[in-house]
Amino acid sequence: MASSARKKQITIALAGNPNAGKTTLFNSLTGLRQKVANYPGVTVERKEGPWQLNGSSADLIDLPGLYSLEATSLDEQIASQVITGEQAGIPKPDVVVAVVDATNLERNLYLVTQLFEFGIPVVVALTMINIFEKQGHTIDVEMLSAMLKTPVVRVNARSGRGRKELAEKVHDLIGTTPETPYLEELPADVEDPRHAKIFARYQFISNAVQESVWHNDAKSHRLSDKIDKVLTHKVFGLAILVLILLLVFQTIFSWASLPMDLLEKGFGAIGDAVKASMPPGILADLLSDGIIAGVGGVVVFLPQILLLFLFISLLEDSGYMARAAFLMDKLMSRVGLHGKAFLPLISSFACAIPGIMATRTIESRRDRFATILIAPFMSCSARLPVYTLMIATFFAGRTVFGFLSMGAVLMLAMYALGILVAVAVAAILKRTLLKAPPPPFLMELPPYRLPNLRTVLQNMLTRAWLFLKRAGTVILAISIILWALMYFPRGSQQTAVSDQQAAAEQPTNDNQAASEQLKNSFAGKLGHLIEPAIRPLGFDWKIGIALISSFAAREVLVSTLSIIYNVGKDEDAQSQTLVQAVKDAKTDDGRPAWTPLTALTLMVFFVLAMQCMSTIAVVRRETNSWRWPIFMLSYMTAIAYIGAFITYQGGKALGFG
Amino acid sequence: METSTRAVGSSGTMTLTHLPIGKVGRVTSVRGSGRVTRRLLEMGVIPGVTVQVVKMAPFGDPIEVRVRGYNLAMRRSEADAIEVVI
Ligand SMILES: Nc1nc2c(ncn2[C@@H]2O[C@H](COP(=O)(O)OP(=O)(O)O)[C@@H](O)[C@H]2O)c(=O)[nH]1
Repeated sequence: MASSARKKQITIALAGNPNAGKTTLFNSLTGLRQKVANYPGVTVERKEGPWQLNGSSADLIDLPGLYSLEATSLDEQIASQVITGEQAGIPKPDVVVAVVDATNLERNLYLVTQLFEFGIPVVVALTMINIFEKQGHTIDVEMLSAMLKTPVVRVNARSGRGRKELAEKVHDLIGTTPETPYLEELPADVEDPRHAKIFARYQFISNAVQESVWHNDAKSHRLSDKIDKVLTHKVFGLAILVLILLLVFQTIFSWASLPMDLLEKGFGAIGDAVKASMPPGILADLLSDGIIAGVGGVVVFLPQILLLFLFISLLEDSGYMARAAFLMDKLMSRVGLHGKAFLPLISSFACAIPGIMATRTIESRRDRFATILIAPFMSCSARLPVYTLMIATFFAGRTVFGFLSMGAVLMLAMYALGILVAVAVAAILKRTLLKAPPPPFLMELPPYRLPNLRTVLQNMLTRAWLFLKRAGTVILAISIILWALMYFPRGSQQTAVSDQQAAAEQPTNDNQAASEQLKNSFAGKLGHLIEPAIRPLGFDWKIGIALISSFAAREVLVSTLSIIYNVGKDEDAQSQTLVQAVKDAKTDDGRPAWTPLTALTLMVFFVLAMQCMSTIAVVRRETNSWRWPIFMLSYMTAIAYIGAFITYQGGKALGFG
Repeated sequence: METSTRAVGSSGTMTLTHLPIGKVGRVTSVRGSGRVTRRLLEMGVIPGVTVQVVKMAPFGDPIEVRVRGYNLAMRRSEADAIEVVI
């Protein structure tokens, strides 16, 4: 063992078309010991893992899924850099394992010919043979190997069959050079000489396939085509898409609520326990109220985020994702977006974070950024407590036209407002900042497959982990800053509260002290500072404090208002105490702080404003710069301000409020 | 089954957009020299290959094309660059 580890480290790259079974094979070769990171400076995922090669351990690098190595897209650029050894930190691979889908042989082999031309030995790992043979076709693997002049190994990525032979062939090939006989005489009769190589490669492939594959035409009506007839049908297709989405949302909201409640209680309990077990003081407060509460506020959404990742992975792995893009492309292209933007945007109705992370499938950078920039306008579930509190306080029991519940109408209006603004912003962005000629739509519609549980779960966990790891530091930092804003400077009566007797004091006194502290804190001063700016929106400085604190996450508005209005921080959005406190709240000059119009204005503000530090952190990661999240924060705040201003001033002019 | 309906002798060329759904055509040329053209060629849509329009999306665009045994979706604007003969 020790001596073989001393030897020169062997590097193997795994390449293949999307959907060829690359991920499954990678997982089966490396097990769970894989590392996921990004290539430096870009958001292309870099996966690596150890692979036992005849006793010595090789480093297996999973390249992004690609159709070609022409280096037009970022994925292709990275992949060709890895193969040529130009990617910093990765030695030039000794052998490339090309994952080739037997049911889609010709197009999959195109990448193989390009690999030959890089001068690195290639072993073809033929996947999906079981499916291919079930369709009644036969393939002569030895013949194919002879025609391609490179080893071809049957594998089954799901069962692990062929792993040993693959390892042997790879080991044997180290140090050899592939042949490219088809490049010796390029076809002359082509319109554009730059395309001659493409024709030569396909000519070579067609010959090889013709000699080694026997197609059974009788069985050409595949199950996948039948399913597709229904799922992309003009009427049923759209209806099923809507049904699937409803099902996903129903499940997310019903399944996630229990673990979310538990997490919330859990973080509360941990915070209390930490406070109880440490000497009272800044450190205990920082830990429990700053870090544990702040991070907890984000982690609470994890069940929802995980479920959303689960559904996205399922839709991707089954092949449905591409169909949804196919169905919706026309609609999306009206606002200049790609069909692939549809599902990420829909996911954002639950939470923008998985939505934004799912935009990675959009190849064009500008299309992708435009999608990311409008995703937070979709009303996510963190806004629901805000809407609920406002509706419960001011619109409960009211109706529109005598029979529609006002709350339901308002809720719907908020969703619609978000969508309308998103559409308008996308249209503007695509004409200005992110202007570009439409990128090719060209998209493979892969055959439907029963999703593989392991791939799906692994996918889900990897993404969730990436989110926590990458957004974690930003979330932590912002939590601490927000906590400090509300904690300092310490008021004089505070010493009394942290006294030993404090524990015995009545909760109302506690609440009052907390409220006083908040009002006198830096956040309180900031509330006063921004009051002139938010007064035209009908907000006083106390609401201003809540706007500032809810930058952590939108639902924090509810707990901040509870503290400000002396009802303790643990009230939820439907609590009658809180509802009454909001109704009774007075501004400094004694007028009611809230009217129904103020409530509506606040709702409009929350539809449009970027009140979510986790989203900021994810956008920072996904766009790889602070420029875009800052731009996003500024333009969304501006739009939110304008929207709220129009609502309040317009409402007043019409005689409301 | 699809291949048996291939009409021999009709020599009118048309763009892929005009190929009736279900009919099999043979690509005669892929016009243009930009990125889109190159991508089409790399995906295997090259002169001589047979193609079949499988269906249109509900709103009429994009279309789904069967080529080299797999299904490729493209917008009409892209299919317009592909000349076929039945
Ligand atoms: N029947 C069969 N299915 C496979 C095989 N390899 C992969 N799959 C399935 O094909 C689908 C796509 O595989 P995946 O590894 O995600 O493809 P990737 O896009 O190339 O990473 C998954 O549902 C896999 O479970 C195989 O050899 N046989």
